[in-house]
Amino acid sequence: MKTPPAPARTLPAIDNDNRAYWTGGEHGRLMICRCGHCGYYVHPPVPFCPQCESSDVAPEPVSGRGRIASFTVNHKVWVPGLAAPYVLALVALDEQEDVRLVCNITHCDPDAVRFDMPVVVWFENHEDLWVPFFRPVEQAA
Amino acid sequence: MTTYAEKNTAITGVGMSEVSRGATKSALALTVDAAMAAIRDAGLTRAEIDGIATWPGEQANASGFSAVGCAALQDALRLKVGWYAGGGEAPGQYGAVFNAIGAIAAGLCRNALIFRTMYEATARKTAFANSLLKTGERQSGPFAWYAPYYTYAASLQQALFFNLYVHKSGIRPEQVAQVPINQRRNAGLNPNAVYRTPITLEDYLASPLIATPLRLYDCDVPCDGAVAIIVSRMDVARTLRNPPVRIEAIGSSMQYRNSWTQLDALDTQAQPKVAEMMWSRTDLRPADVDIAQLYDGFTYHTLNWLENFGFCERYGAKDFIEGGRRIALEGELPVNTGGGALSGGRLHAYGAVHEACTQLWGRGGARQVKGDPQVCATSTAGGPLAGAMLLVRD
Ligand SMILES: [Zn+2]
Repeated sequence: MKTPPAPARTLPAIDNDNRAYWTGGEHGRLMICRCGHCGYYVHPPVPFCPQCESSDVAPEPVSGRGRIASFTVNHKVWVPGLAAPYVLALVALDEQEDVRLVCNITHCDPDAVRFDMPVVVWFENHEDLWVPFFRPVEQAA
Repeated sequence: MTTYAEKNTAITGVGMSEVSRGATKSALALTVDAAMAAIRDAGLTRAEIDGIATWPGEQANASGFSAVGCAALQDALRLKVGWYAGGGEAPGQYGAVFNAIGAIAAGLCRNALIFRTMYEATARKTAFANSLLKTGERQSGPFAWYAPYYTYAASLQQALFFNLYVHKSGIRPEQVAQVPINQRRNAGLNPNAVYRTPITLEDYLASPLIATPLRLYDCDVPCDGAVAIIVSRMDVARTLRNPPVRIEAIGSSMQYRNSWTQLDALDTQAQPKVAEMMWSRTDLRPADVDIAQLYDGFTYHTLNWLENFGFCERYGAKDFIEGGRRIALEGELPVNTGGGALSGGRLHAYGAVHEACTQLWGRGGARQVKGDPQVCATSTAGGPLAGAMLLVRD
């Protein structure tokens, strides 16, 4: 019996606000919108700062480091070919805790994932997008 | 105290269709059954129904999530109404009730027919229903941020929040298990419940792990069924056959970031401020509540509501439900007395309103809570959505 291929990843629709987030990985950059006036990171991206009402908000590269705010280890094989277990997580960005990024945690035994674990971004190309994933810092080469 | 509009409204009738894991009737036929049962229960006629509301409104897709909207029901019953509304952007499933309260206050209607129809059991026989992901197209909307990460279902997404709650509260699986065990026991006394065979702690612990820490028995049961309730202006309610179940207070706020990723309090979800708002609109206190119909899309929501309503302290639900005695039918706070959505079927918080009125009107039969319960707290929840109502039968 042939092993079914891994299911395709569903990709987000792109607009002017989120394009930098989903394409910055081509150059190894995690791009998060930031207010040019007060420095607040605005995520999800929109060209308006809720702190100071400035419209001077634009994507800029961040460290790509964060900590696991929460996670779950999925065990259910939802569709044929899906390799379980895998980790779904929310990563709080080091630069600003209330920027929380959805991701899978990779390069790590799912059972080794912990709350508050330091992680770092990496990217995988899918069609025209570069999808951010995170892996434990100590695993980063 | 300020006079709030909900205090001039009451539930005057309720109706429920047959609820099953696969209906022979269509979704619209089930809705008609529930609606006519509610209208007759209130002692009204179709001609006296002058408002219709539902949540989230008709969704013409294969999911069965909301197969019937206001227009289809209005036409099937040939209603002539002054106002109608169906839409998903609201404080959870009770948004339809809150809208009706406003419509009554505005003089747009006097007797609003509010309904919720689910056809997910049938849908799942032919489609991968209720998936958060759309395969083969680019994803928009709030779950677009989850799209590339194999986030196939609400259970997986909510497990992400549930795990933080477990981490912070220290609740153990055998404590969580008391929620589904208690509800299955109640369902055994409810002839309309979908699953009625008792479950044990061993059954819970043996149920498949979907995504840590969430197991199959933490999830509600997709079903085919419809619930309808009549919300009437108080002066009308006082002339009808049932003792009015007054809407004493509601919580409808959005004080948090309404986001499935940036929600401020991941582990308590949107409920704390909603509960706070509800309590601010009444002189009643948690100790005055006789029974509770708490949202149970997942067991985790029920645990959240026990704390957020103030029935116990933050992260105290684990001790409150320990052994299951307090939340049992004979306990100090009977919870989800008809089996809830976990065992009764996923009627999405409207099964809870139906059960609330069933108990407050003393119609519970074998599952009737002793002592003539008069006050019921009820709630909806899920991520950034939450709504709450306090119901009082005079
Ligand atoms: Zn700013």
